[in-house]
Amino acid sequence: MSAHALNLSVAAVLWLAMITYAVLAGADFGGGVWDLLATGPRARDQRRAVSVAMGPVWEANHVWLIFMITGLFTAFPVVFSRLAVGLYLPFTLILFGIVLRGAAFAFRAHGAGEDGQPSAWGTAFGIASAITPFLLGACAGSVASSRVPAEAGPAALFAVWVTPFTLTCGALALAICAGLAAAYLAVEQEAVSQDLAEDFRRRALGAGAAALVFAVLALVTGLGAAPGLIRGLLAQALPLTALAFAAAAVAAAAMLRRRYLLARTAAVAQVALVLLAWAAAQYPVILPPDLTLDGTASPPESMALLLGTFVVGALLLVPSLILLFRVFKGRNPAAGRAVT
Amino acid sequence: MSEYIAGRAQMGSSLAFHIIFASLGVGLPLLLLIVEGLSLRAGADPNWHLLARRWSKAFGILFAVGAVSGTVLSFELGLLWPGFMRFAGGIIGLPFSMEGFAFFIEAIFVGLYLYGWERLSPMAHWLTTIPLAISGAASAWFVTTANAWMNSPAGFRLVAGRVTDVHPLQAIFNPGTPIETIHTTISSYLATGFAVAAVYAAGMLRGRTGGLHRRGLIVGLALGAICTPLQIVSGDINARWVADHQPIKLAAMEGQFQTETGAPLRIGGLPDPAAGVTRFAVEIPGGLSFLAYGDVTRTVRGLNSYPADQRPDPRMVHVSFQVMVAIGFGLLGLVTWFFGWLWVRRRVPESRLMLTLVTLSGFAGFVAVEAGWMVTELGRQPWIIYGVVRTSEAITPAPGLVVSFLVSIAIYIGLAIALILLLLRLAAGTRRQEADGAKADR
Ligand code: HDD
Ligand code: HEM
Ligand code: HEM
Repeated sequence: MSAHALNLSVAAVLWLAMITYAVLAGADFGGGVWDLLATGPRARDQRRAVSVAMGPVWEANHVWLIFMITGLFTAFPVVFSRLAVGLYLPFTLILFGIVLRGAAFAFRAHGAGEDGQPSAWGTAFGIASAITPFLLGACAGSVASSRVPAEAGPAALFAVWVTPFTLTCGALALAICAGLAAAYLAVEQEAVSQDLAEDFRRRALGAGAAALVFAVLALVTGLGAAPGLIRGLLAQALPLTALAFAAAAVAAAAMLRRRYLLARTAAVAQVALVLLAWAAAQYPVILPPDLTLDGTASPPESMALLLGTFVVGALLLVPSLILLFRVFKGRNPAAGRAVT
Repeated sequence: MSEYIAGRAQMGSSLAFHIIFASLGVGLPLLLLIVEGLSLRAGADPNWHLLARRWSKAFGILFAVGAVSGTVLSFELGLLWPGFMRFAGGIIGLPFSMEGFAFFIEAIFVGLYLYGWERLSPMAHWLTTIPLAISGAASAWFVTTANAWMNSPAGFRLVAGRVTDVHPLQAIFNPGTPIETIHTTISSYLATGFAVAAVYAAGMLRGRTGGLHRRGLIVGLALGAICTPLQIVSGDINARWVADHQPIKLAAMEGQFQTETGAPLRIGGLPDPAAGVTRFAVEIPGGLSFLAYGDVTRTVRGLNSYPADQRPDPRMVHVSFQVMVAIGFGLLGLVTWFFGWLWVRRRVPESRLMLTLVTLSGFAGFVAVEAGWMVTELGRQPWIIYGVVRTSEAITPAPGLVVSFLVSIAIYIGLAIALILLLLRLAAGTRRQEADGAKADR
């Protein structure tokens, strides 16, 4: 395998890990938002539905983030260190958000709070769940609009990630996560309670509308802030961009007609397509404006061993995941406990 | 507090917090394997099963906090030390990716173990503790190789300041790996064993002397008794390795300021770098030369023989080393006395003195682990990669480290308090169940 092929395949695996994280953990973050915004007569049932949907899955979802971080600093150390310096403040806030969220969830699930009841842990969990995807979206916007500084000087803490474009990207990410979570919850509640499914259907449509507004706003502000990205999306990555919008349309239509399973699948496809379109638009640059894939990759021997680790790791991991899935037949094992 | 000190303090405190859950994450699966294995034997005492049930609840919470604090560390390696990551990512990043996989498998089998009590047959349920124990030890091994690499960098060449000729496998199997990984892995089992024993000794001090408590006490202390002599032997090998590969760290550990032939072994003592002397130590003539190089007349280089800007601060390093070694021998004495009495008198010693000492040993194990890491990390200063990259060169230029340190300390204290309250609630809950159970079968 040539060096370029090695670099590309490692980068592809890391990007797939990011898409998996966005889809799985994104739904978790969205769940946290609906936990915070549980309203109406069935507020308590909504909160319980969120905790049932997550259970120990939280730990498995969150491992994808670790997988990306360790993979990135092994394969593209220069990119990792520049991101860590440039986006120091948002990354630190994201870190505290994840810690707060993880601890709040762990303590609530292990008997700290009565399930479904609003509690301090619940609110902390909800707030952290809303902030984290927003910040992740803002960081993505900052990267896409070439605002991460080249030299490693004392970074301007805010200027790098607080611009109209990046904040819109943050809001877009939050809306997409909320929509995704509502779709997941609608599917799960469909057999359990029509009212709850309806609650989440309304929330999914609301989040979808918000996402559409922010997407348009992002394209408008992007013309000024990230012309390269917009050009890439409409040229190099046009097919993927078009597919992403199509998926969003299918998700909205399916949700309107209460075809929840189709809506969820389309919502997941939309998230994956948006991220794929971004990568295609930017290729071969990893960190705009100047860091390219082959320019920052680690030596071939490191990349080959990393790829080998992915393969061996997958060989151990997939059977374990199948075992976990078969033992609990896909149902969330904590469900029994959290509901009773 | 300068930004630099705040960065080091944040990294240190995050690791000091994480290592407690990391050690339990390595040690508890082994104890679960033993205890649940015993409960499967025909006609086994029901207490073994009850012990496994209780420990699995606590393990779930400890594992979650271990995961969260571990995540913080992965972020902090990049956020606080981008210089280190830019230099070392391609060389020693691999073990961290491998630890991610080991952790993922551990997380899956924790899910199977915690929630599979009813769904899996007793034998199948017990079998899940095997991959759990293996993946716990594996993740500890991977990460410790990274730390060993920091102490003895290998697997690359520096040509005019540029890293070339990178061989990640050589970096993983650097000279320090076998020595440090053994010592670290044993320390996890040792600390877990004494911690578990301490929980039941404390219970027995408050009058709960049922079969459950005695079994929990014996299993914990048995693990501790096996590990302690091994740890002392491995510690001695570790010290000799340091004498050969990092002589300046040995000088700091021993508070040795002057180069001396037949250098004395100092017991206790407080180094005073300004005056260049270690006060209040009991000195055994020629002891250090003998222990480090196997010959009483050998010469040991003193701290002052190294350039001033390369010397670690000997105060914390010396004190931490003395504390670790003292606890090592103290625990050896405790287990010898406990199992000696049990061997001679054929029954478990339950005097208030013994139970109090065992309760204290639960804390001592972790104090020794923390002290051990202080020796390794503070002893390596001012280098982050020994002899290659200075810690001051690797720290992030981003401002705001002092604030980030203070916030992270607040979060850790909050997490610790919430955790302790939760574990106490858990224990109280099981005691209430036990009380109802005891009333029923009396
Ligand atoms: C000697 C043992 C040991 C040491 C020194 C460390 N760890 Fe650790 N780590 C573990 C042993 C361990 C473990 C036993 O594997 C954990 C603890 C509990 C658990 O869940 O896994 C773990 C979890 C854990 C996780 C959780 C994985 C996840 O959340 O998906 C990460 C990312 C790290 N560690 C990373 C680190 C880093 C970056 C370290 C040093 C800078 C570090 N650990 C030191
Ligand atoms: C096993 C993997 C470990 C790795 C890769 C690692 C890595 C690091 C790094 C990069 C630093 C900052 C640079 C430096 O100060 O030298 C550091 C500092 C430190 N670490 Fe470790 N560490 C590990 C284990 C531990 C553990 C388990 C502890 C537990 C107490 C620990 C305690 C410390 C302390 C106290 C410092 C601050 C020392 C100082 O900078 O003055 N380390 N470590
Ligand atoms: C009693 C005799 C002991 C001796 C002579 C000894 C010696 C050492 C030495 C020389 C180091 C530094 C190694 C390095 O920097 O590369 C070390 C580190 C360490 N020790 Fe000990 N030790 C002893 C007992 C213990 C005990 C009882 C524990 C804990 C239960 C312990 C836990 C650790 C840990 C966690 C480290 C840091 C990780 C590492 O560097 O391996 N040690 N020990």
